[in-house]
Amino acid sequence: MSFVGEERRPGTRRPRTRRRRRRREIGLAFLLLSPSLVVFGVFVFYPLVKTFSLMFYKTPPFPGLPSRYVGFDQIRDVLTSSDFLESLRTTVLFALYTVPTGIALGLLLAVVAHQRLRGIAVFRTIFSSTVATSVAVASVIFFTLLNPQVGLVSYWLGREGGTGILQDPRWALPAVSIATVWQTLGLTFILMSAALQAVPDELLEAAAVDGAGAWTRFRRVTLPLLSPTIFFATVIGLISAFQAFGQIDLLTEGGPLNKTRVLTYYLYQAAFRSNNDGLAAVLAISLFAITLGLTLLQLRLIERRVFYAR
Amino acid sequence: MRGRRSRFAVVKTVCRYALLVALAAIVLFPIVITVVNSLLPPDKIVQRPPTLVPTNPQWSTYGTALGDGHLGIYLRNSFLVAGLITLAQVATAVLAAYAFAFLRFPLRNFLFVVFLSTLMVPFEVTIITNRQTIVSLGWFDSYPALVVPFLATGFGAFLLRQAFLQVPTDLQDAAALDGYGHWRFMTRVVVPLARPAIGALAVFSFLSAWNQYLWPLIVTDSDSVRTVQIGLRQLRATSLDQINVTFAGTILAALPIFVLLVVFQKQLVRGLTAGAVKG
Repeated sequence: MSFVGEERRPGTRRPRTRRRRRRREIGLAFLLLSPSLVVFGVFVFYPLVKTFSLMFYKTPPFPGLPSRYVGFDQIRDVLTSSDFLESLRTTVLFALYTVPTGIALGLLLAVVAHQRLRGIAVFRTIFSSTVATSVAVASVIFFTLLNPQVGLVSYWLGREGGTGILQDPRWALPAVSIATVWQTLGLTFILMSAALQAVPDELLEAAAVDGAGAWTRFRRVTLPLLSPTIFFATVIGLISAFQAFGQIDLLTEGGPLNKTRVLTYYLYQAAFRSNNDGLAAVLAISLFAITLGLTLLQLRLIERRVFYAR
Repeated sequence: MRGRRSRFAVVKTVCRYALLVALAAIVLFPIVITVVNSLLPPDKIVQRPPTLVPTNPQWSTYGTALGDGHLGIYLRNSFLVAGLITLAQVATAVLAAYAFAFLRFPLRNFLFVVFLSTLMVPFEVTIITNRQTIVSLGWFDSYPALVVPFLATGFGAFLLRQAFLQVPTDLQDAAALDGYGHWRFMTRVVVPLARPAIGALAVFSFLSAWNQYLWPLIVTDSDSVRTVQIGLRQLRATSLDQINVTFAGTILAALPIFVLLVVFQKQLVRGLTAGAVKG
């Protein structure tokens, strides 16, 4: 690879000048990287290592006492505790409720909006509009909709004045999931739409000439071509489901009866409510392990995409 | 024959529009209800059957939300924090990506892997220690706490490096012949050529910073530095006789990103489809 400032015809200058240039290039490179490296060192790598080490120390029951080295005991105790297993189960359920539903709905909207019709741009904008809502905005909207006193959804479901949907152990997690699906629908729609536009028309026309109906064309031509995007959206969806926090904090605060206490919320409670850093560290590292697995899967996918793009 | 066919076509078109309108209504329903309720007085909101069209819209609620509801302060803080993070991330990503794309130095591949590996550490994993770091730096409940941890981005460096590598070799040679140094080559050639990627990164950075929730929640304590997402948490807890203010506040919090969506639609889509990589 050629680069600016490189001596293009060796031998025209004295070697010492070249060596000095080379040293200056190295110095420049590290200068350019240093702002990022400092931030990563302080706010990514140091805390990661520190969190690993925190797992081996038990937080004292009263503040002020020294924390005690317990080796792997704490890790084992936490990972086998019913609190952890229930939280993990809740997180997996939350992912199962949100990810497939979100992708199916996003795909449905993308297919419906993929038509040559007058005014279709308006509908595209509407379908992507929830991109503009943050988790907090969506959560407050659903919080009020489901509120047992003022919520219209509560009213229409005939639950006004009774136990709120978000306070009902059976319906709290599904309700949080619906809010999440709605909030992420815009992004899923945008992803699916982009993929749908990349499907070559000739293929669909050829299939139509061969007598394939609309449904067969969708199942046999479009869907297989969309499969990389669907897989991609699934992995992203899973990762963000495992990092979900805002909607839990705003809608249910982990309740009722811990039925919506996903891992991130449990971590938050352990670290900042009960100040149990040891427990929080184990939760953080298990969260790390889960997302690492998912991210590696996704990076392999990007590699393939980048390769195809060239 | 022809008449029947065209009638069939008309029915088909009507059905298509009906489906589109129905889906649009479902998607928009939560937003529409929030807008409607923000314009009603509190006693009308709790009245049954519900009012679905505000005949006498109370726009003053928005003023109350901005003033008494502190939404004005929260929005200012969010703009400040998200703006600073965006500028810083673009700057650090341009510098790092330039080094990775155009300079030769020892440990280049290793350091690139180090940058990429930051993508694999969710911020939630490091919050216990990061909060302690912020406290011990004396930054608790201040702007630096909200900004400094996000001054750099591994994702951005990765994205821009990909874009920088597309700069034609001819241009590099021409710039070298013209006696351009690295700084001039970067600012006059590379950055202008990579504008689409930089735009996408900027929009993505702004959006992620604007939407942050957990971190601002645990490092801020007072209204004067709190961002709008945390402000919503306070608003949510208001009493029933102020519930219209909550609705107005929610709309105000979403509005800036709606505007962003309309103005920067192309960059937003690019940023999100590329940025979805990070989640």
